[in-house]
Parts: sequence; C-alpha cells; structure tokens
Amino acid sequence: MSLGTGIRLADLIAAICFILALRGLTGPKTARYGNLLGAVGMALAIAITFATNGLHHFLLIAVAMLVGAAIAVPAARLVKMTAMPQMVAAFNGVGGGAAALIALSKFLTAPTGSLAVYQVVEVLLGVVIGCVSFSGSCIAFAKLQELMTGRAITYPGQQVWNAIVGVGILGLAITLCVSSTSWLIVIVLGLALIFGVAFVLPIGGADVPVLISLLNSFTGLAVAASGFVLHSVVLVVAGTLVGASGTLLTQKMSQAMGRSLPNILFSAFGSVITATGGAEGDTTRSVRSASAEDVAILLAYANKVIIVPGYGLAVAQAQHTIRELADLLESRGVEVIYAIHPVAGRMPGHMNVLLAEANVPYEQLKEMDEANPEFQSADVALVVGANDVVNPAAKNNPGSPIYGMPILAVDEARNIVFMKRSMRPGFAGIDNELLFDPKTTMLFGDAKDSLTKVVAAVKAL
Amino acid sequence: MIAVAAGGDILSLITVFVLAAFVGFEVIAKVPSTLHTPLMSGTNAIHGVVLVGAMLVLGTVHGTGELVLGFAAVVLATLNVVGGFVVTDRMLEMFKVRKPPKVSTEAAGAAAPSTEGDPK
Repeated sequence: MSLGTGIRLADLIAAICFILALRGLTGPKTARYGNLLGAVGMALAIAITFATNGLHHFLLIAVAMLVGAAIAVPAARLVKMTAMPQMVAAFNGVGGGAAALIALSKFLTAPTGSLAVYQVVEVLLGVVIGCVSFSGSCIAFAKLQELMTGRAITYPGQQVWNAIVGVGILGLAITLCVSSTSWLIVIVLGLALIFGVAFVLPIGGADVPVLISLLNSFTGLAVAASGFVLHSVVLVVAGTLVGASGTLLTQKMSQAMGRSLPNILFSAFGSVITATGGAEGDTTRSVRSASAEDVAILLAYANKVIIVPGYGLAVAQAQHTIRELADLLESRGVEVIYAIHPVAGRMPGHMNVLLAEANVPYEQLKEMDEANPEFQSADVALVVGANDVVNPAAKNNPGSPIYGMPILAVDEARNIVFMKRSMRPGFAGIDNELLFDPKTTMLFGDAKDSLTKVVAAVKAL
Repeated sequence: MIAVAAGGDILSLITVFVLAAFVGFEVIAKVPSTLHTPLMSGTNAIHGVVLVGAMLVLGTVHGTGELVLGFAAVVLATLNVVGGFVVTDRMLEMFKVRKPPKVSTEAAGAAAPSTEGDPK
C-alpha cells in the first residue's frame, strides 16, 4: 500500500468518525462518546497529515500547534460555564479566519493567471465566507462578553450600506475571475470583514446564540471551500457536514424560540422606534419589593413552587444554592419543579447543563410545554434572574422585538417572586410589564446572596 | 494549483460535497433542544479539521509572506480544534452526572464540593 493510499484511507476513517460523532451528539446518552469519537477522528486526520509527501517545516508546524494549544486549553478549561457561548463564538471565529488564510495564501502564491475560473471561485468563497465568519464571531463575542452593548445596533440606511458592501464584494469577485489583478483580493478580504461586522450589529439580545450557530455553519462552508482549494477530501467532507448540519441546527434553534430565521436576522431593521417606545414612563411606576423573610414565608407555606431559572442565576453561580432551597422546601412537603425555557441562560440547553452541574434531579426539570399547564396550580412562581423568557409582551405586544417568542406562563401563578439585581431590562433590552403586576414581589440583589438569605430564613421558620 | 494531499479532481470533490451535505442534514435531524448547544459546540470542533489544511499550507511554503500566513493559519486552526473539543467535553461532562435519576453521594460530592453540605 502506497503512502498516498494510506493517507486517503485514514481520511476516510476520519470522515466516518465525524459522521458518527454528529450522530452521537444528538442523544444525551451518546453525546460524550460522540464528541470523543470526533476527537479521535481529528487526531487521526492530523497525525496522518504529517506523513504527506513533500511536507516540510515540521518544527514550525509543531511550534504553531503548541502555541495554539497553549492558548486554547487553559481558555477552554478555565472559562466559566456561563461564558461558554462566547467561547464557542471565539473558537468558531478563529476557524473561519484559518480557512480564509489558507485560501488567501494559495491564491497569492499561484503564478499570476495560472488559475482557472473555478479555482478563483473556490478561493473567493473561502476568503469571503471565512472572513464574514471571523469578524461576525468577533462581534458576537464582544456582545456576549458585554464588551459592547448586547442590544441590536441600528443606524439609518443600514440596509443600503450592507447592500453596497455586498455588491462591492460581488463586483470585485467577478473582476478577479476575469482579470488577473490579484491584489484586488485584499480589498475583497477587507470588505468581507466589514460585511461580517455589519451583518451581526443589528442582531441583538437573545438572538445572538442563533447567530453563532449560523456563523458556525458559515465556517463549515469556508472550510469546505478551502478543502476545494487544497484538493483535500477530508476538509470538504468535514466542512460540508458542519455547514449542512449547522444550517439545520440554526433552523431548529430559531424554531425553539418560536421565530423564523429571517425574522431573527433582519427584524431589527426599522425597529428602533418600537424598541424604545415601550420604555417611556416606566421609571415612575412603583413595584412591590420584599425582604428575604417575606419570600421565605411565601415559599415555605406554599403547596407548589415553580422555579424559573435564568441567566442571572447562572451569572451569580447560584445553581447550588437554588438546589439547597428546593431540597429544603421539599423536606417541608412543598412540591418543587423547575420550568426551563428553551433558551434559558444564553443558549438552548444552557440552563439544563448548569442545573445538572448542581445535581438537580432530572425529573424535576420541566421543558416549557410540560411546565406551562402547571403554573395555574402553582402558589408561587420564583423567577431567579430571568426576564425576557417570562415577559408577557411576547404574547400581547405586537410592537415588541420579542413578540411571538413562546414564554413561560408565569403570570398564571398565584404569586410571582422576582429575584433581580435591579429594575434593568433583560438581555433583549425590553421592559417587563410583569414586574409591575400587583401579585409580583421583587427581591432585589445578587441571586446567590438573595437565595442564601431566603434559605437561612426558611431554616429559621 | 498544487495538489498537496490525497485528493481528487473537481467533479469527485463536488460529488463528495453534495453527499456530505445530505448526510449532514440527515444525521442531526432528531436532536432534542437540550442538546442544541453541545451539538453546536461539537460541530464547531469538527470544522477545526481546517488545521489539516493549515498544516498543508505551512508545510509547503516558499516565501516569507506565505510562511507568516501559514503559521497564523496553523495557530488559529489549532485554537479552533483544541478549544472546540475541550469546551464540548466540559459541557457534556454535566450530562454524564445527570443521567442516572438518583445520583450517588460520591458523585454529588465530587461534582460540587464547595457548596455541598447537610442543611442543619
């Protein structure tokens, strides 16, 4: 068996590993095994690449890989569970960047005019998609890391500017295909970076995770394009797998939020007026706030309490404290369930991961459809650091940016307790009518502090 | 363009592309929403295979400019692949604890040492 055949066989095995990895990741029992299988396939594909005929600079490659690993491992190990979404965005962005650099490098080193039109198209796809994914992921990272406002950023003529950039990229791409002015690729690269930023800016709030999923599938396609450039089957297979499954996953995520993908991507355009219109006058209205002892009494003498955990709970690392409270209430005979919104936290499934970390029993976690009928018979709905996912504006205010998103029917419970740091609106930047409801009690403060106080107060009863 | 790796002509690559696209759609068709985030993170790690491409570029460079591009590509791609798998594994570790309905005290203690403790 020649070396070339060996490499192709290894690539085939790697491709099979990737497909089985994806399948494994779709089931809770097989997910971890699936991820490991993916890593095995990856290790094989990388190891066999060292055997490629005519490959030099082994030391340089090893050094570059060490540098990358030295940054990636601590970053991925030390990041808090709550910051996972932006970490995924970052790792996705650099992948897109790498794909763009590969295509660019192959283009610049090819003798002028030696490339067929289809080869230039391959390079252009790699560079453009890769750059859009890179700069888009950077902005998504900045939004989630709160380096910039998480809200949708809109400005007059946004669509026109985006169209101009898009047409510019297209025009230059066509010029590159028919002429041999190769330096134009640098302008295409710059415009693609700008386009990525402009594409992401108007997407805000709870929609960012869906956006990351979309950028993830973009990177997959960019990798596939660079696979075409390099004639590498394993790159084409893996890149296309991610591109296709990522597109479907993005669809599914937006469905879980009750939104269509175009609605998420383009709804911010022209919504400037409606988004700010809801806030007026709310500052003067009064809310009912209570002490931890009041809340403790309310909870301890209830028959049924539904806990609605949100991002605030995750940020305060209060998942262990909430479980302590739930255990305490259960020992007093109170029925406790957790109502998990599909996008509780920052991403679909994020909250399940956080609560599982705190060993919350699986059967107490109720998905939204299961949980909503329960609210009518609940004495207390305890909302910890959640806001947008219980905002009735999603049901009854067509002007609201979150209108149409399915929400937890917290307003049907007999009493509502909000644990919130302040009256500040949630991630989507919209006020919540429910905070002013007469049956709502506010307990201001950090979720963990508040919960610790409530736990102590329940114990003292 | 230089065919550096095991490869094929453009048509067989397009064939592979189309088939892989169908497989990609089909294979995740039944994912529950709880696993959306880990799945996204897992696919993110898989497109880290771009590292193979980056290695092929850096391993066949001639000029300094290409060397810089190739080196940067390998660093970025390594970030993607290593970070991607580690983050996904950390997410899925949580699922492992959750699977049995009754968690043993040993596992509970190991997963949450700091805030565990018997309520008085």
